[in-house]
Amino acid sequence: MAWRSVPVSTKSGVSMAALVVVLILGALIAVLSRAEAGTGFAPSDWAAMRFTVWQAFLSALFSVLLAVPVARALARRRFLGRGVLVTLLGAPFILPVIVAVLGLLAVFGRSGWLNLLLEGLGLPAVSIYGIQGVVLAHVFFNLPLATRLLLQGWQTVPAERFRLAAQLRLTPWAVFRTLELPLLRKVVPGVAALIFVICLTSFAVALTLGGGPRATTLELAIYQAFRFDFDLGRAALLSVVQLVMAGGAALLALWIIPAISMGSGQDRPLLRWDARGGWQRLWDGCVIALAAGFLLVPLCAVVLRGVTGIVVMPGSVWQAAGASFYVSVLSVLVLGAIALPMAGWIASRRAGGVEAVGLLGLSASPLMIGTGWFIVINPLMNPAALALPVTALVNALMALPFVLRIIVPRLRDTLQDFGRVTETLGMRGWPLWRWVILPRLAPQLGFAAGLTGALSMGDLGVITLFADMDRATLPLQMYRLMGAYQMQAASGAALLLLVMALGAFWACDAVGKHYAAA
Amino acid sequence: MKALTLAATTLIAASAAVAETPELVVYTYDSFVSDWGPGPQIEKAFEETCGCDLKFVGNGDGAALLARLKLEGERSDADLVLGLDTSLIAAAKETGLFADTDVTADYALPIEWTDSTFAPYDWGYFAFVHNKDMTPPANFKALGESDLKIVIQDPRSSTPGLGLLMWVKDAYGDKAPAIWEGLADNVVTVTKGWSEAYGLFLEGEADMVLSYTTSPAYHIIAEEDETKAAVVFDEGHYMQIEVVGRLSGSDQPELAAEFMQFMVSDAAQSILPTTNWMYPAVMPSGGLPQGFEALVQPENARLIEADKVPALRDEALAEWLGALSQ
Amino acid sequence: MLRLEGIEIALGDFRLRAEMELAQGQSYAVIGPSGAGKSTLLGALCGFVPLRAGRVVWQSQDITTAPPGERPMTMLFQDNNLFPHLSVTQNVGLGIRPDMRLSVEDKDRVAAALARVGLADQAGKKPGALSGGQQSRVALARVLVQARPWVLLDEPFAALGPALRLEMLDLVAGLVAETGAGLIMVTHTPEDVRRIADQVIFVDDGVARAPEPAAELMDNPPPELKAYLG
Repeated sequence: MAWRSVPVSTKSGVSMAALVVVLILGALIAVLSRAEAGTGFAPSDWAAMRFTVWQAFLSALFSVLLAVPVARALARRRFLGRGVLVTLLGAPFILPVIVAVLGLLAVFGRSGWLNLLLEGLGLPAVSIYGIQGVVLAHVFFNLPLATRLLLQGWQTVPAERFRLAAQLRLTPWAVFRTLELPLLRKVVPGVAALIFVICLTSFAVALTLGGGPRATTLELAIYQAFRFDFDLGRAALLSVVQLVMAGGAALLALWIIPAISMGSGQDRPLLRWDARGGWQRLWDGCVIALAAGFLLVPLCAVVLRGVTGIVVMPGSVWQAAGASFYVSVLSVLVLGAIALPMAGWIASRRAGGVEAVGLLGLSASPLMIGTGWFIVINPLMNPAALALPVTALVNALMALPFVLRIIVPRLRDTLQDFGRVTETLGMRGWPLWRWVILPRLAPQLGFAAGLTGALSMGDLGVITLFADMDRATLPLQMYRLMGAYQMQAASGAALLLLVMALGAFWACDAVGKHYAAA
Repeated sequence: MKALTLAATTLIAASAAVAETPELVVYTYDSFVSDWGPGPQIEKAFEETCGCDLKFVGNGDGAALLARLKLEGERSDADLVLGLDTSLIAAAKETGLFADTDVTADYALPIEWTDSTFAPYDWGYFAFVHNKDMTPPANFKALGESDLKIVIQDPRSSTPGLGLLMWVKDAYGDKAPAIWEGLADNVVTVTKGWSEAYGLFLEGEADMVLSYTTSPAYHIIAEEDETKAAVVFDEGHYMQIEVVGRLSGSDQPELAAEFMQFMVSDAAQSILPTTNWMYPAVMPSGGLPQGFEALVQPENARLIEADKVPALRDEALAEWLGALSQ
Repeated sequence: MLRLEGIEIALGDFRLRAEMELAQGQSYAVIGPSGAGKSTLLGALCGFVPLRAGRVVWQSQDITTAPPGERPMTMLFQDNNLFPHLSVTQNVGLGIRPDMRLSVEDKDRVAAALARVGLADQAGKKPGALSGGQQSRVALARVLVQARPWVLLDEPFAALGPALRLEMLDLVAGLVAETGAGLIMVTHTPEDVRRIADQVIFVDDGVARAPEPAAELMDNPPPELKAYLG
């Protein structure tokens, strides 16, 4: 409908988007201000760019392709433990890289469970190292995210539509064509772009599982420029390349997202009448079991290894856990202040292009942002004093695109459905958020807050630049333990991290759902 | 702590004259300050005598340490930097931030120490660590011809990785690319840092991992696990010497000098072997801890002079990338 | 007096012109074929549809660009008039204070309005727990507390059964009579027109014609209206 109905103030949204741009470009400018005439592109940089894009493309493709059947199966099945499973499936996404990699290797590595099984069956071993390993790990990280985002899309289809489909006795294929395909067209491009951008900045996963310098990504080149060569000019140059690649991908994806709304129903619980056939049940069951196995077995390895480590963990780990918790809460608050106004602005626009601003934070190297702000802060005060707030801010920037992707579609629907009535009532500003938007978005906000909290719990980005001994976060402490041969204690710390991150995720998600149901 | 200290001093002067405990800030790498690292014990031992507050600030690895120092420049709060190694000394001196030192000690290093800026506090040989249930190769050539799988660190992001690069370059010169080509199919993967590589090795992902000849000492002493050993290569072993230096911008120059001397003293040296798992730079009066005698001793120590490292590094890196990227 | 002075609406290929004066206290039915622009006309009056030309004047005050909430009118839409997550009381309370800071008197007014539409005992429920007719009553209770000079109805009762719809229309007629508000309602049913409309605005062929007395027009329709009425 072409009616104008924009009760949300766009001013604060625009300012927040501007703030994000300033935070990132400011860092870039700060880095450039300290750059001396450095070396430009090296031939190996072109190879790194090609590899970076290729692995990110494959990772996004496979994550989304596999997520569609999983989300579809989860959307139309109700079974005992479904809620727990959906929460657990979020775990890989929030694990620190090294923990996840070790978990994956316990299953897929040279002496992992899979190869032991193959050996037992007299079959040749498979190697995880290479592009297949990189993609496997990225799918491991991002499949849950893609699934959750798609699942959420499925849940925006009003129950009435499925009732209609059931009444018309639509075949599963027809349901797919009429209900699910339009939905996928709306959700998939954004999700794919998001994963593509996440994987663009991959470094340790790509290097470790890629099997050597063939698997050099841009982020590694940036790391090298910052930390090994201290060639700030080159670091800034590579950061710009990364930003442009990610930005291009984001714009392309957001441009092809059609601006369609699923409309709304009367908040009836979603019951499904379609897909009741035996074959479909079997298929869905297999899909769910396979996905759960793929995601949970490596997690089990992490848990098994960690249990023995918990007892030998030094007290400093608990202190670090406290710091991580603080950062996590702060990240959620900062993110709320940035994301909500931005989402309001984006949702009240016809085209979604400005959502690309949100991806800036994710596509910028944390090392670049951290170094840039270190340069800015250093003349004013001791950067270490700001270690945790800066970490929270950077984490919030990283989580911003996910959160926008989670809340914008629902917010857009809410404004479309209730924009007119709120306007005739003269609801604007805080009352509009308080009484209409926040309650309508409760499940999405819970999910978003949980994701942000969990992500920043496990993040080991910018903290390494700023932290001193007293302000170490849990992932940093874990790395320090590993660096001191304390692999067992590190495993314990990893388990603690997993539990805390999942706990934060579960708690926020549950609160959101509770408010939605109340 | 200059800015803050200044503010604090002004405040204190205004109220009452209080004898402030001087603070000595030492930048170091992360694992040094971890609970099992030397940091806590060193801090305790030094604070017993110095009447000061010693504060370690952990920062990634040696390379990250130097990067941070360059970022902060003259304004750095650090009084000392501990944990740079011989590959980084040239780059560190180039910053012009370090002051000369007159620390002297009876060093137990395989080479003569002549540097006037930095003092060595521990050292080790890079070596491949393996499980004793296999027969290790005798040199890089034999390793390249074998089917053994190794994990190494990336020279672009880690100091051991860089050490291996210099090791091969020093031993083989122009023939280094051929060695790397031979090793290409042995390298399971390349990791970002030492921790990842060692973790992969312990997980059974490789037969050998690039580490130090002293690594098995950890397993022997701390875990009573004698299944790990380092292999001696007949090309000789590249050394890593870890050093401490003080910054010319320090507001506690005397205390800083005192700390440097402390680091080569018996008190500190006896702490290092079983916390940093490296050889002490000066032999402690009690000798090496039990368990170190089981370690292999390379006959031939290799080290490229600090000022020649930067140029060689770029050349060796290009060769390494070329050989392993195919 | 609500005056539409040389109004022109343009949405894509669609065009609608209107020129008329509407007197407060009167009931106007807007009729015409589907797609003629009946809802669009109401949307324009309420400030949802931008005008390409012309002015909307209320009591000699130009309200052409006033935001919807600040116009002397309230509107009920075909759907989404109620917030499903808020209780009946809250939905009505928003009509008095959009920030929901209700004083004791405000709460009394909400309760009185709910009693007036016969929902005194449903105050704590969510709209989803009510029948369609009851949901319409909640919306009308809110219209009552809003007490705007004009009430615009864009077929909010279209989904109700005939008896229920007429019941609602009578309720609306009663409410506007009590508050002295003017009523502008879109309808498809000649019966509704006869029942509560004083005047008829016929929309067809890109023009909203000036209102004509309902009874006369319905008894003696011009050819275009005749064609529409069938």
